[in-house]
Amino acid sequence: MRTASTSLLLLVMTLVSAFAATAHGQALVADLSRHHVAITTGFTGAEVLMFGAVDGEGDIVVVITGPPEDVVVRNKQRIAGIWVNAQTIKFEGVPNFYAVASTRPLSEIATPDVRENQQIGAENIAVTVSIADRGRPAEELTTFRAALIRNKQNEGLFSREPGEITVLSNRLFRTGIHFPANMATGAYTASVYLFHEGNAVQSISTPILVEKVGVGAEIYNFAHRQSALYGIAAIIIAVFAGWLGSVIFRKV
Amino acid sequence: MYIYLPIAEMSVNIFLILAMGGGIGFLSGLFGVGGGFLMTPLLIFIGVPAPVAVGTEANQIVASSVSGVIAHWRRGNVDFKMGAVLLAGGILGSSLGVLLFKFLQSLGQIDLAIKLCYVVFLGIIGGLMLVESVRTMLRARSASPRRGKLHQHNWLHGLPLKMRFRRSKLYISAILPFSIGAVVGLLSAVMGVGGGFIMVPAMIYLLGMPTSVVIGTSLFQIIFVTANVTFLQAVSTQTVDVLLAILLLAGAVVGAQFGSKYSVRLKGEQLRGLLAVMVIGVSSKIAYDLIVTPDDLYSIARLIVH
Repeated sequence: MRTASTSLLLLVMTLVSAFAATAHGQALVADLSRHHVAITTGFTGAEVLMFGAVDGEGDIVVVITGPPEDVVVRNKQRIAGIWVNAQTIKFEGVPNFYAVASTRPLSEIATPDVRENQQIGAENIAVTVSIADRGRPAEELTTFRAALIRNKQNEGLFSREPGEITVLSNRLFRTGIHFPANMATGAYTASVYLFHEGNAVQSISTPILVEKVGVGAEIYNFAHRQSALYGIAAIIIAVFAGWLGSVIFRKV
Repeated sequence: MYIYLPIAEMSVNIFLILAMGGGIGFLSGLFGVGGGFLMTPLLIFIGVPAPVAVGTEANQIVASSVSGVIAHWRRGNVDFKMGAVLLAGGILGSSLGVLLFKFLQSLGQIDLAIKLCYVVFLGIIGGLMLVESVRTMLRARSASPRRGKLHQHNWLHGLPLKMRFRRSKLYISAILPFSIGAVVGLLSAVMGVGGGFIMVPAMIYLLGMPTSVVIGTSLFQIIFVTANVTFLQAVSTQTVDVLLAILLLAGAVVGAQFGSKYSVRLKGEQLRGLLAVMVIGVSSKIAYDLIVTPDDLYSIARLIVH
């Protein structure tokens, strides 16, 4: 509740300054309800509000991009009656997360070329094929790339349809961004584009940091930084728990 | 109530995990098995990545084997000398198993390898157990009990490096238990199981150990082999989720107590028959998943960059 009221206050304050800013000729201002998402032990996903103001006519598109990572796409084939991973293609620089929201359907805002150029819409995300796989037939690369996007969408990490942006009195806009629990940690970018007559006339970006905090973060860091010690600790905990179990239930 | 698992990197319902631990703990108490062969597939089924399921399950089995071995130790049902030889093989096998695991993971074939191991080994063991228990049930109705030698001797007992195992009343080649330990250790690392379901029949039928010391001795060996797997997985793949292991074993410890109380109500061959049906069930389900056409022929995997 406290965070909701704080973000509301923040919203009002930002909007006031937004009006001031637009008055000085800046056509687009925007901010987020928070720039930090903490993955705690009870984390089940997060909602972040993006809001802002725009001066003049146009469509607004909001794009959230997660930290880049390398992803391997595998294709199964039936071998001796069972499905086995056969071909693989590695893609580099794939954002872990991608969400888009817009005031109107994307096809009405800009032409496919413009959207591809600006990487707007999950199908237009720029990914690099690893050097080793660049010699593969173009057809195969297209199929694997489509499979990559489809799988990401099924995991809830890439948006299928653009989210809605609410516009108030032609000036103020806001949209809610949902971060699922399976998202990666790292630096995210929220970008806002102002489209006018099919072209992006202005854009601004702001960062969001997603990180693990609390007990979960400590367990993760322990496991990754001092993995030998972590392994020993895990064994000691298990031995103790097993012994405790046998002691507690001996008397029953 | 949801809890975020730091290593599996997913949010799960805490009560679902406790219930899984309790349910499988109950079955393991009932049948006197570790339950790893049920838990690992179940964890994968609820969406835990296969490497995390295998690494975490090894950690949980350490706990359940410790609790089990204490009871057997009090009754003197542990052959430590035999356990040590099995263990020497087990450490070698499980260390190789972790290396093999990492290699298969890099090829993208680890899921397939885990599933094939389950289908093959659970299928064979389940089938043998079913045949044996049905035979015992039929024999119990007709024949009278017969007395014979302690155990059958075969050429395997004649190998060199003979050792005397007093507790098991055996004088056999150490190569035999060492090899059994190594094979089971390898499977333990790849499948995320203790390996009791292979170890126990091997000890009875291949080594000819008396049934009374078999369970205690196998549990003793399993503690160290799964501890070795836990350690090596923690170091090489960082896939041991302590939080998940604690939740699972909290449920399992309680469940196992109820299970072992119920087990006295059933006859040995009935228990083995039921266990066999369950083992075959798991094996068939996994085999079915390998054969049926998946919804999407393409899959993706994040490459963890350090």
